[in-house]
Amino acid sequence: MKAWINQHRRALAVTAWQVLQAPFAHLFQVLVIGVAILLPLLLHLTVQNLQRLGGDSQADARIALYLAADATGKDADVVAARLKAHPGVAGHRFVSREEAIKDLRRIHDIADLVDALPKNPLPDAFIVRAKSTDPGEIDALRREAAKWPKVALAQLDSAWAARLDAGLRVARALGTGLAALLAVALLAITFNTIGLQVVNRQEEIEVSRLIGATNGFIRRPFLYAGTLQGAGGGLVACGLAALCVAWVNQQIPSLAALYGTEVVVQPLSLPDILAVTGFAALLGWLGAWLAVSRHLWRSHPG
Amino acid sequence: MIELDRVGKRYPASQGSGGHDALKSVTLSIGTGEFAVVTGHSGAGKSTLLKLIAGIEIPTAGTVRVDGQELARSRRALPFMRRRIGLIFQDHKLLYDRTVFDNVQLPLDITGFPPREAAKRVRAALDKVGLLSRERERPVTLSGGEQQRLCIARAIVHRPSLLLADEPTANLDIDYAQDIVDILRSFHQVGVTVVVSTHDLVSLRAARPRVIALAQGMLASETPP
Repeated sequence: MKAWINQHRRALAVTAWQVLQAPFAHLFQVLVIGVAILLPLLLHLTVQNLQRLGGDSQADARIALYLAADATGKDADVVAARLKAHPGVAGHRFVSREEAIKDLRRIHDIADLVDALPKNPLPDAFIVRAKSTDPGEIDALRREAAKWPKVALAQLDSAWAARLDAGLRVARALGTGLAALLAVALLAITFNTIGLQVVNRQEEIEVSRLIGATNGFIRRPFLYAGTLQGAGGGLVACGLAALCVAWVNQQIPSLAALYGTEVVVQPLSLPDILAVTGFAALLGWLGAWLAVSRHLWRSHPG
Repeated sequence: MIELDRVGKRYPASQGSGGHDALKSVTLSIGTGEFAVVTGHSGAGKSTLLKLIAGIEIPTAGTVRVDGQELARSRRALPFMRRRIGLIFQDHKLLYDRTVFDNVQLPLDITGFPPREAAKRVRAALDKVGLLSRERERPVTLSGGEQQRLCIARAIVHRPSLLLADEPTANLDIDYAQDIVDILRSFHQVGVTVVVSTHDLVSLRAARPRVIALAQGMLASETPP
C-alpha cells in the first residue's frame, strides 16, 4: 500500500516535471481540447435556455385578440363582457392602441420611427389567459374567440413555443451527435499527443522494463498526463462557456425590454461543470491508455 | 540459482540469410554465491546466454530457470523477477536527460521505495562506485569508465541477489577495467551471485572465477566451480 502510494506520487512528479519542461506546448494542448469541448457545450447551453424560455410561455398560455381597426370603445366593451362570462377564461387585460404605441415608443431606438408615423397603426387588443393548460382546449378557445364580431385576429402566444420545441428537439439531437463526434476527436487528440510523449521517452521505457518495471508502472505517468490534460480541457471549456454567458447577458437588456420580461441566460450548473470535466478526464485517460498500450504491445507482443 | 536445461536459441531468418542458432543445447547450472565468467569469441553466444538468464530473450528450445522460476512461462512475473537481478550493460543504457542521482534512483522508484530511504541507498551505491561527488551531474559529463560504474551503481542499488554483467569491460582501458572487476568482486564477497560475460579473461583472472567457455553456441569447456 505504501509502495503503491509512493509509486503514484512519483508518477505525478514525473508528469509535473514533464509539464514544466514544456509549459506552453501543454497549455496550448489543453486550449485545443477546451475549444473542442466548448462547441457542443455552447449548443447545450443554448438549447437548455431556449427550452426554459419556451417552457415558461407554454405553462401560461395566452391568447392575443386583436380587434379590427374600425372597432370602437363599445365594440371593445362587448368583447370584454364576453370574456368575463366565458368559463374557459381565467383572466384578461385590455391593451388600448394608445397604450400599445406608448410601449413601443419606450424602446429607445425606435421612438423616432414611431413618432414619424402619420397615425397609430396598432389595433386595440385583449391579452387573454386561459384556464386550461391543454393545448387542444386552448386552441378551441382561440378559434371560438376568432369568430366574435370585430375580432380581427386571435393568436396563440404559445404557438411559437411549440415550434421552438420542435426546433429544439432537432438541435438537441444535433448536439448529441456533435458531442459524440468531439468525444472521438478528444480521444484522438490525447492518443496522438500521449503517443508522441511515449515515443520521446521510448528509451526510458525500455530501460525501466529491463530493471523490473511493470506495464502498470510504465503506463501510470502517461495516464496522469492524459487525465489531467482532459480535465484541464474540460475546465477551460467551462470557463470559456461562462465568459460567453456573461457576455450574452450583458447584451440582453435591450432584447429583454423588447419582450417586456426579465430574460437571463442561465450559466452552467455545478453538476454540469463536474460532468463535463469528469467526462473529458475519462476520455483523456482512455486516449492515454490506448497510446501506451499500443506501444507496449508493439514492443513486446503477447 | 540458475539452471539451463538443453537450452537453444534460434534467431529467425531475415532477408538474405537463413536462421541462425546462437545457442545449441546448452545445459549448465550456476549455484548461489558463485562468480562465473562466460567467455568465447564474439558470436559464440555469450550475450545471448546472459539475455536468456535475464529473460530479455525467450529460448526456442529447453528451459531456463532462475530461482526455480521459468521466466519464459510467466511473463507477468518477469518484472518482479527482474527486481532480484542487477543488470550491467555493455552500452550502459543510462538515461541522459536525468542526473546521475536520478539514474540510480530509477530501480527504487519502480519498486515504490519511500523517497527518504531511497536517497540514502542511492548515495550508498554511488559511494560504492566512487561517484558520490558527482550526483548532480548528467551522465554525458562522465567518462566511459565512470558511465560503466554508474551503470553498476544502478544495478546494485536495490540489492539484488544476482548480478549479470554483459561485457562490462569491453570498451575500457586496463585501469578502468580493473576498477570494474574489483567492484564486481566486492559484491561476490558479500554473497551476491555474479555472472560476467567477457572475451578478456586477463583482468578477471585474479577473481579466480569459474570459467564457462562457449564456442559456436555450444559449451566448449568449463573449469569446475
